[in-house]
Amino acid sequence: MKFITRILRPEQVRELVTLFLIVIIVLGFGTLLTDYYTGRTFVRVSTSIAIIAVVAMAQTLVAITRNIDLSLGAIVGFCAFFLGVQLSYHHEIGPVPAALIAIAIGTAMGMINGLIIAYGRVPAIITTIGTMAIYRTAIVLYSAPEGGIVSAHRLPMWARQFASWSIFKVGDLDFRVMVGIAIAVVILIQLMLTYLPYGRRLYAIGSNPEAARIAGFPAQRIVFIAYLIGGALAGLGGYLFLLQYGNLMVLAGVGLEFDAVAAAVVGGVNIFGGTGTAIGAFLGATLIGTLDYSLRRWPAISEFWRNAILGLLILLAVATDSAIMARLRLIWARAAAARTAEMAEAKARSMPQA
Amino acid sequence: MLSTRLASLRRMQFLRSWEAILFVLFLITLFYNSARAPAYLTVENQINVFYLYAEKIIVALIMTFIIINGEIDLSVSSVMGLAAGVLGRLIELGYPGELALAAALVTGLLCGLWNGLWIAYGRLSSLIVTLAGMIMFRGLVWVLVEDRSITTFPDWINNMGQRPILGPFPLSLLIFFFLLIIAYIVLQHSAFGRYVYVIGNNREVARFSGVKVETVKLVLFIASGLISALAGVLYTARLGAMRASTAEGFELEIITMVLLGGVNIFGGSGTLLGVLLSILLILNLRNGMSLSNITLQQQTGVIGALLIFSVLVPNLATRVRAELNRRRFARLAAEQAALAERKEVKAETK
Repeated sequence: MKFITRILRPEQVRELVTLFLIVIIVLGFGTLLTDYYTGRTFVRVSTSIAIIAVVAMAQTLVAITRNIDLSLGAIVGFCAFFLGVQLSYHHEIGPVPAALIAIAIGTAMGMINGLIIAYGRVPAIITTIGTMAIYRTAIVLYSAPEGGIVSAHRLPMWARQFASWSIFKVGDLDFRVMVGIAIAVVILIQLMLTYLPYGRRLYAIGSNPEAARIAGFPAQRIVFIAYLIGGALAGLGGYLFLLQYGNLMVLAGVGLEFDAVAAAVVGGVNIFGGTGTAIGAFLGATLIGTLDYSLRRWPAISEFWRNAILGLLILLAVATDSAIMARLRLIWARAAAARTAEMAEAKARSMPQA
Repeated sequence: MLSTRLASLRRMQFLRSWEAILFVLFLITLFYNSARAPAYLTVENQINVFYLYAEKIIVALIMTFIIINGEIDLSVSSVMGLAAGVLGRLIELGYPGELALAAALVTGLLCGLWNGLWIAYGRLSSLIVTLAGMIMFRGLVWVLVEDRSITTFPDWINNMGQRPILGPFPLSLLIFFFLLIIAYIVLQHSAFGRYVYVIGNNREVARFSGVKVETVKLVLFIASGLISALAGVLYTARLGAMRASTAEGFELEIITMVLLGGVNIFGGSGTLLGVLLSILLILNLRNGMSLSNITLQQQTGVIGALLIFSVLVPNLATRVRAELNRRRFARLAAEQAALAERKEVKAETK
């Protein structure tokens, strides 16, 4: 216990706890259900997590800066729809250009959010409630000539098969391309948050905006870029959404922003800003996705309990975070200070006396 | 001391001008609509305009309190749905309507208590707690009703929701006016109302001033649950039916009504007059747009844009004004400096 709380950073402890819970759930349901430890389970769970994970990355970025983005679902829906319509008429567009198109549209929509929030100084909740409504209307208007739907059979062949492409197959275990893309995004965002100066600045303005301002951080630009990246990620999410479902209705993506918040919060991201990791959000999405799938397979509980349990899970996650994280941080900070003091002393002792 | 008095005076003046702008927009909408539809200004039509939104505007009243208090309640629509679900399920199981009604209201009260305990005493973010509540309560509706729809309600419930009770006014509108008066008295003319504002302004200052912050927050969220349940029952009575997705998505429009009314999302300021004007504006805007065959979804987009502009434009205006002032002062200072220099030179050459 001492090792854990003194050497590992609190965020890492939180990630490990989430991972531990996932393992418990998998082991628990493994004994309750038959045919649980199969490749089929892995494929189902991993593909259902892929889209939420990407959107959760977008939500995590803005949440760290003490903002929120409630328009992510609408951005995903619009990008999916737009791409779907374009692909239906232009079969010559390949998988990579299609992804770039979706990301570009998503970035533009994220840019609008960023401009209003960062430079217009309109609070994030208000802005994203408004842009969510506007983007949803945009979906309806854009899809009207198409009759409000995108049909899978009118998409190019690669688009219809994309969801089943694999990176590698080990017997029954199928690691799909979609899942690979999602994991790559998670790793990239995690690296950015940990090692790039921009990522560290996100934490800075989230944990203490006043101090960051006095230190001279360009808070507006930082938040603006966060929403840009968020929009780009949502665009990518729209791309994956289209390829997974094929048939789209105007309600595509409704509720995704709330699922993303849930995943982030369960994974240890603090909605008050300043704390949380991309890996944590990904683990949160995995936890929710695994629980979801397992509950659906378990005949003892009807599937209608899904949301009730999810809501309770979110609440418990925040409650324990609020109760425990501060104490963990205190223990770790003291231990780190003691370590630094020790190192300085050792250095002073080893130096020749002046 | 004087500077803060001036600051609050300025803020009050600005707020009054916010309500003035809302009022002007409302009049414009009214004139435009009545020019297009001759029967628009009749009592009958105006009541109809309100009637369709009665449940939402009832919840907007308590949402005003909650947002002024610096919190938010995203779970109101799910509580509406859950109350409707309890009502419907109990009636389906054969219990008397009165019992079902009471149970529905108690359900709302318990939901509000649940939210309130976590937020007030657990000190958790109301955004997350009510988001979790939104998901959880909606989940409970699914458990109760599954994917059926309940359509058999006793006549007296249907009549309560669909027939006018006092003159041309249906019960839901009467309840709205009644709650509006109570809300006004409590918010602007009672100690509790002052506490709500103070806590929204600065929770810690309020606590040190002796205000029982936790009690106030708990009461507000219990009230929110209770009133949402009432709204859910009225909604079901009006439609004569309910299903698991009843009232889904209402919370955003309700919050929009409050924010457009000039209530600060961070708490501490806002008036019921502003919210009332914003309700009038939104309702008549929607009605007018329906007359122009603009679909509901498109209307929501327009309202969303209105919401953003309502905060963006004053922000930009303040910045522009500040910039103009800065330039004016800089110019004045430069002129003063030039004048002083010339005086010096004159004095030297003398």
